Amino acid sequence: MAVTAEAKLDARKLRADFPIFEQEIHGKPLAYLDSAASSQKPRQVLGAMTEFYETSYANIHRGVYDLGERATEAFEGAREKARAFVNAETTHEVVFTRNVTAAINLVAYAWGLDNLGPGDIVLATEMEHHSNFVPWQYIAGRTGAEFLAIPVDHEGELQLDELDALVDRGRLKVLALTYVSNSLGTVNPVDRLASWAHERGAIIVLDAAQAAPHRPVDVQALGCDFVGFTGHKMCGPTGIGVLWGRRELLERMSPFELGGHMIRKVTLAETTWNELPHKFEAGTAPIAEAVGLGAAIDYVSEVGLDAIERYERELLDYALPRLAEVPGLRIFGPPADGRAGIISFELGGVHPHDIAQILDWDGVAVRAGHHCNQPLMSRLGVPATTRASFYLYTLPEEIDRLVAGLHKVRQTFA
Amino acid sequence: MSELDNLYREVILDHYKNPRGHGVIEGADVEAEGMNPLCGDEVSIFVSFDGDKIEDVKFRGRGCAISQAATSMLMEMVKGRTAQEVAALDREELLEEVGIPLTPIRLKCALLGLGVLKLALHKGKGTPLPNEWAGLAEDLELR
Repeated sequence: MAVTAEAKLDARKLRADFPIFEQEIHGKPLAYLDSAASSQKPRQVLGAMTEFYETSYANIHRGVYDLGERATEAFEGAREKARAFVNAETTHEVVFTRNVTAAINLVAYAWGLDNLGPGDIVLATEMEHHSNFVPWQYIAGRTGAEFLAIPVDHEGELQLDELDALVDRGRLKVLALTYVSNSLGTVNPVDRLASWAHERGAIIVLDAAQAAPHRPVDVQALGCDFVGFTGHKMCGPTGIGVLWGRRELLERMSPFELGGHMIRKVTLAETTWNELPHKFEAGTAPIAEAVGLGAAIDYVSEVGLDAIERYERELLDYALPRLAEVPGLRIFGPPADGRAGIISFELGGVHPHDIAQILDWDGVAVRAGHHCNQPLMSRLGVPATTRASFYLYTLPEEIDRLVAGLHKVRQTFA
Repeated sequence: MSELDNLYREVILDHYKNPRGHGVIEGADVEAEGMNPLCGDEVSIFVSFDGDKIEDVKFRGRGCAISQAATSMLMEMVKGRTAQEVAALDREELLEEVGIPLTPIRLKCALLGLGVLKLALHKGKGTPLPNEWAGLAEDLELR
C-alpha cells in the first residue's frame, strides 16, 4: 500500500462517484448536510449490488449448485471485509444484523435477560441515541436491574468526575456507550470508560454508528465487548449492519432470533444451535446488502479512514467560526478538538423545522428534530435542534451556503 | 426572497409574530392540549361558550411558525361560530387560509391547533371527532 498517513482526500473528485449530486433541488445544487442520518451511495456500491443481483444471486449457505456457492462466497467475503475493517480476530465474531438498533437489541435481549437482575446497574449516557438507550431501559425494567445514565455537561461532554458515586448503590453490569454523539458530535473517551467499567466487571456495549464511517475503528484496541456499526451511514445500503462481539461472550449467550439457518439440529424434543456467527443470523440474510456493505468498506478504505477523519476536521475548523458569526446562533457540543463532523445549533428561537424548510429552498438539506436523543434535548433545554453533518463528499462552499441560508432565516424572522 | 414569499408568506409570519387570540381564558368552560412529538409543537386551547356559540377562544403554545400561525388564524376563523359548525369544519378551510403548499410532515404542524380545538369542543359539547381525526389524534398526542 502507498503511504496513506498523509493521503489527502479530494472531495470534489469523490463527489463524481455519487449520482445523487447530479440533480438540482429547487433549482440549486444539492448541499447534503445530513450524512449523520444516512450517507449517500457511490456508483461503486450501487454497481456491486446490481452486478451481484444480475450475475451471482441465489440464496446462500445450502445451495449445492454453482450459483449458490458464488452467492455464499460473496456474502462471506463481505463478512471478511467487515472483520478486517474493524480489526476483529475472526469472522466468528462478526454478526450481520439489520443495523445498530438490531445489534444492540440482540445484546440487550440475548445477554441482558440471562445476566441482569435486581441489584445490577445498567449505565447508559444522556447522549445515547435511543437505539443504545431504550433497549437497555426496557431490559433493565424486565429484569429488575437499575437503569442509570451518565449526565452530559454544558459543553456537551460526559461528566466523568462522579462516575464511581453514580454506581455505588449496585453492581455495574453494562455500560452502554456511544463512540461519537449523533447530535453533538462529541467523541467520547472510550478506552478510559471501558477500563473503568471492566474494573467493575461490566461489559461495554459501544455504538459506533457515527464513528465507523468517519474514523478508524479497531475493536481490539478499543477494549469493548460489543461494537455495533451500520452500512447505510458509510456509503453502503440500508438493512445491513454489524455486531462485533467477543467470542467467549457470544459463545455463552442464548440465541436472540430463532428459526432457519441458526440451528445445528432440530428434533421434536429439542434444537441445538449453529456455530458462530450463524447462531445469531436466523432467516435469509440481507445478501445483496451485505455485498453492498463489502463494496462500501472497500470504498471508504480506499479513500482512507484517517484521511476522512482529517478532512472532516478541516471542514469543522472551517464551519464552526463561520456559524458562530451568525448573530443569535448557539452551537451545542464541544470545540473542534473533541468533535466529529456534526454540528447541532439553535438560532434565536426560530423553530428548527422553519430553519430546515427555508434552507431546503436553497437546496441545503439539514436535519431538524430531536435526533432520537430526547433525554439529551431535555438536558440542553430545547425541544429540538437543527443539525448539519459532513462526510467525505462535503464541500466548503456547501457550508457557505448553509451560513448564507441561516442569514436568510434571520431576515425572515427578524 | 421570492421563493420565501411563497413559503413563509407575510401573513404567516405576521400571525406567528403577533398571534391573534393568544393567551389564557381564566375560568374557561373547557380546555384541551396537544403536541406534535415529531417536532415538539405544543398548543393549548381555551374555550368559553354562550349556549352553543363559541363566545371566546384563546390559545397558547410554542413551536414552528406553521403550527403557531395556523392556530392563530383558526382563532379568528371560529370565534362567534357554534361548536357544531366548527366541529364539522373541513380542514381544507384552514389550509386555504394558511395558503402554502405543505409536505405531509408540515401538514401535522398546520393541523395541530384544529385538532386541539375539535377535541376541546368534543369535551365541552360532545361534538363528534370525525373518523379522519382518529389517526391524527394519536399522532398529535391530544389530551
